[in-house]
Amino acid sequence: MSSRPITEDDLNAFVDGRLDVPRRKEVIAYLEAHPDVAQRIALYTEQRDMLRTALQPIAEEPIPPELDVSRMIWERRRPRTMPRWAGVAAAVALMIIGGAGGWILRGLDQPSSATVQSLAREAAASYFAYAPDLVRPVEIRADDSKTLAAWTAKRVGRPIAIPDLAASGYHFMGGRVVPTDYGPAALFMYDNDRGTRLVILARPIEAAQELPMSPVRQGGVNGFAWVGNGLGYSIVGPVQAEALRDIADDARRQVGTHA
Amino acid sequence: MTADMVRQLEPLVPALRRYARALMRDRSDADDLVQDCLERAIGRWYQRRNEEDPRAWMFTILHNLAMTRLRRQVQRPAHVSIEDVDEASLSCTAPQEDRLRYRDLLSALTELPEEQRTVLLLVTVEDLSYADAAQVLDIPIGTIMSRLSRARERLTRLMSADLRPDAPRLHLRSIK
Repeated sequence: MSSRPITEDDLNAFVDGRLDVPRRKEVIAYLEAHPDVAQRIALYTEQRDMLRTALQPIAEEPIPPELDVSRMIWERRRPRTMPRWAGVAAAVALMIIGGAGGWILRGLDQPSSATVQSLAREAAASYFAYAPDLVRPVEIRADDSKTLAAWTAKRVGRPIAIPDLAASGYHFMGGRVVPTDYGPAALFMYDNDRGTRLVILARPIEAAQELPMSPVRQGGVNGFAWVGNGLGYSIVGPVQAEALRDIADDARRQVGTHA
Repeated sequence: MTADMVRQLEPLVPALRRYARALMRDRSDADDLVQDCLERAIGRWYQRRNEEDPRAWMFTILHNLAMTRLRRQVQRPAHVSIEDVDEASLSCTAPQEDRLRYRDLLSALTELPEEQRTVLLLVTVEDLSYADAAQVLDIPIGTIMSRLSRARERLTRLMSADLRPDAPRLHLRSIK
């Protein structure tokens, strides 16, 4: 009989019970003829069963109230009160983190790559502080973006347009005011339907009106920064550089016309 | 329509907690992750592609949130090192004589590279099809298969090293 040779993929699919009946029979025949491989596959099968058994109790635990889907849907419909403490604590944490790396470039806010580097570092620090925050990634949510726009305008000193990245698949989540060495900045957060998050940070730049867009990489995430109409922007996220560049170009076009 | 959302999301919660716990190890971190994932899903429910299987979609969101968070932990390492991993926060209620083997298995699991651990968990524990796992991790099926193969091989090696009474695991790892 001339059957297709047995592949490693077949063996794995055999362990996972994902072969059709004819192929399954061929694999069994093969294993009967090759006891050394059969022994390895037996180990894999045992390993699979053990993993499932070991982790099964987690799935059987009673669901805590915070993960009650009906309750979550219900609570979403009520107006949210803003817990001040969460924001204050995060801001303090950010100042500590920012202080460690940021002071070196203090006073170097010149129309040069230092400005761009600094913007990128601020955006990356905010990304690492807030994007992984599962409870409160943003302080004011997208559905209240008027409040957010008023707040950031007041603290930053001028209105800051919120770019719409929906065309790239990223939806606006909301934002907050964050501290930098050069004063308050606006931070906007977005995510796509795969849960990937990115942030845009914006603050006034005194030393330059315009700076071209430059790529910047900070702590394993990609970023782009630029200055337009005296406002510095930096976009940062775990997105491939080319894709992020398109998103950054889109954002720049939008804020350019809004400013 | 709300009822429909509840009906589709609720049954997924136990499995999402299990995957999150296996990745994060810490119970409250894992549940925070699941909560965030559910909130995303509820907010985006009507934006998802028509008739898309919510299971693969939910695992995709959860996985990406977990990676965002773990990347942060690499940036600023957590207090717990891998050697001190608290197996009690993973759950294990096996008979007494098997407990040790289960514990060894879970600790060997933490020694797999993350890309192998995630594939192994999604395929073997969460029963995702290879195609769904590929969708969740955003990689080709061929890559799923090769990572799965390497994960099994490596886990077997780690476990057989543990069977020897005083196997020097740290030493072993430094040789590889």
